[in-house]
Amino acid sequence: MSENKPLENDVIIRLEHLSKSFSGKKVLDDINLDIRRGEFVTFLGPSGCGKTTTLRTIAGFNAADEGRVIMDGEDISALPPHLRPLNTVFQRYALFPHLDVYDNIAFGLKLKGVDSEEIDRRVRKMLKLVSMTDYEDRDVESLSGGQQQRVAIARALVNYPKVLLLDEPLAALDLKMRKDMQIELKEMHRKLGITFIYVTHDQEEALTLSDRIVVMSEGRIQQIGTPMDIYNEPQNSFVADFIGESNILNGTMIADREVSFIGHDFKCVDEGFGENVPVDVVVRPEDIYIMNKLEGAQFTAVVKSCTFKGVHYEMFVDTDSHNELMIQDYNAFEVGSTVGLIIRPEDIQVMKKERVENTFAGELVDSTHVSILGEEFECAPVSGIDEGTEVEVRAAFDRIDLLDHAEDGVTGGTVYMILYKGDHYHLTIRTDSDEFVYVDTNDVWDKGDIVGINILPQDLIVTARNGKEE
Amino acid sequence: MGKRSNWAIPYFIFLVLFVALPLLLVAMYAFQDNYGHFTFANIARIFTDTDAMSTFVVSLEVALENTLICLLLGYPAAFILSRKDLNKSAVTVILFILPMWINALMRTLATADLFGVLGFRLGKGTLLFGMVYDYLPFMIYPIYNVLLKMDNSYAEAASDLGATPVQVFTKVTLPLSMPGILSGVMMVFMPTVSTFAISEFLTNNKIKLFGTIIQENINSSMWNYGAALSFFMLIIIGLTTFLSGSDKEVEGGTV
Repeated sequence: MSENKPLENDVIIRLEHLSKSFSGKKVLDDINLDIRRGEFVTFLGPSGCGKTTTLRTIAGFNAADEGRVIMDGEDISALPPHLRPLNTVFQRYALFPHLDVYDNIAFGLKLKGVDSEEIDRRVRKMLKLVSMTDYEDRDVESLSGGQQQRVAIARALVNYPKVLLLDEPLAALDLKMRKDMQIELKEMHRKLGITFIYVTHDQEEALTLSDRIVVMSEGRIQQIGTPMDIYNEPQNSFVADFIGESNILNGTMIADREVSFIGHDFKCVDEGFGENVPVDVVVRPEDIYIMNKLEGAQFTAVVKSCTFKGVHYEMFVDTDSHNELMIQDYNAFEVGSTVGLIIRPEDIQVMKKERVENTFAGELVDSTHVSILGEEFECAPVSGIDEGTEVEVRAAFDRIDLLDHAEDGVTGGTVYMILYKGDHYHLTIRTDSDEFVYVDTNDVWDKGDIVGINILPQDLIVTARNGKEE
Repeated sequence: MGKRSNWAIPYFIFLVLFVALPLLLVAMYAFQDNYGHFTFANIARIFTDTDAMSTFVVSLEVALENTLICLLLGYPAAFILSRKDLNKSAVTVILFILPMWINALMRTLATADLFGVLGFRLGKGTLLFGMVYDYLPFMIYPIYNVLLKMDNSYAEAASDLGATPVQVFTKVTLPLSMPGILSGVMMVFMPTVSTFAISEFLTNNKIKLFGTIIQENINSSMWNYGAALSFFMLIIIGLTTFLSGSDKEVEGGTV
């Protein structure tokens, strides 16, 4: 069904440079995407990543500040929702409480002036499709969550839209119901051949349902690919961490097909990174071979914990270089025993590091003070740069102090994302000035913790901004 | 029983003393003659009292007109107030409700003086003005409340299904705000039937309302007939409440 190169008339919806800000905060940042006719595309990401905003922009409920939504080659950016040939299934269903099931489903057709016989035929067909025959006279508020969901889907599909938009439609259902509905949605998509654009924060749901997944974070597309691509070849540490369980580790690309991490050199299949380049390495916990014998192993480790997870055992081991790894295996290994470990070259996913240190845009206040992150920080004496000029300030990940109380720091922030990198945590802090600071630490923080941020004067490296930044 | 049910006792006593007992007294007086004997004469007299009957009809008419004007003015006001894109400040809402903080009698007196100063002839027009002025907040507030709490996704769903902004209003927003409209109508209609101060001050008693008749009878110590008139009005109001209450059922199924 899905070819690799979309033909021009194969594209049903094209998003071009969509950007949007809500009260100064960028929620969509240059979104570009082609959606093919008949495709099941899922926008996946944590809350606040911009996935719902993108969907609402396609539906016409909010307008982008910049960029265009093109449908069938036609710019529909300025069209109000009622003129767009697509329908939406809302997160909380939004069934009209003053109408019964039948009238809810018939709502769109009645507005279009379809004759009543045709309406009747189509409503009954839809009721059958969503297995809700005999419910047409029921009050929508008397239905269970799952039944309301079915009516909401029928109400959208009865209009034969070219594209169906689904905004976390299964989020309010319990697990069992969600699994059943996933299968039914997939079946409906196959049967009807309509393009489905789906929004979810549930990575498993996205992997199950989609032809293609668009992973989003911080208003940007992180990766677009098939579920297999996204799982096996995450393009950055965010995607690797968000999709499935993973060990994300700091490494160095020694040469083509040779990477060093957790104190050992490994063969891998990646090339083109250059020599001695710092990289992120992802190894899925099920891709680490664990055995009792130590000869033939690439490295050894001591089992720290072993938990039965239904089908497999989940173990945490401490490697000979004192990195922690998560391993999943069908066999249990005794806690405290030394085990041999092997990682095959094709199971090592090497990713370019997005950044190797913090860089802030700032302004030199005087020779020992610099203004960054909306506050004044003391820095080591700077010479050769005039006061008041714009400067670039760099700080290493592990030279940033996080404090328990926001008021104890020069500025404050919130822990936004946490990555465990085998022997330390890599935190993303969203500062009060809405910028991001990246911190390497051994201290344990929780997502959402409010922290104070301090940087010692000697750890701030101030350089003049060269002309290209102007 | 548990302690919790005891908490209801003070309220129960209050209800008996200040609601049930007075109502019972009204009913008792209505069915007694001056000597305390049981009689239907007071009730029967209402239907032959052309003055009372015509006043009642006028009262209903004025109440209907007042309710209609309040609804026509109040609904758009409530709609605008409830929309964040049209009304950015909570202060506006308070300003609309603010007149309710001042005693209605004082506001009516002030309005009457204002009309005097401006040289308006007191009559039906000034009466309706005074009433709308007094009762408009009671119409706006319940409608505003319903609209404010209404999930915006209903309107979005309707426009997603092809409804123009006007159709979104007529097919979704208006039907869903019916409970607010109904309580607004009741809060305006019921009290206007029995009001007497507004007509006294704003028409110099040129237009008599049913409340005026009751007040006149009570003032001239005709307790039993006054009670009968009150009882009659109570029954009528009770009946309309009951009817509008059962209307809701029908409302749900149509559109």
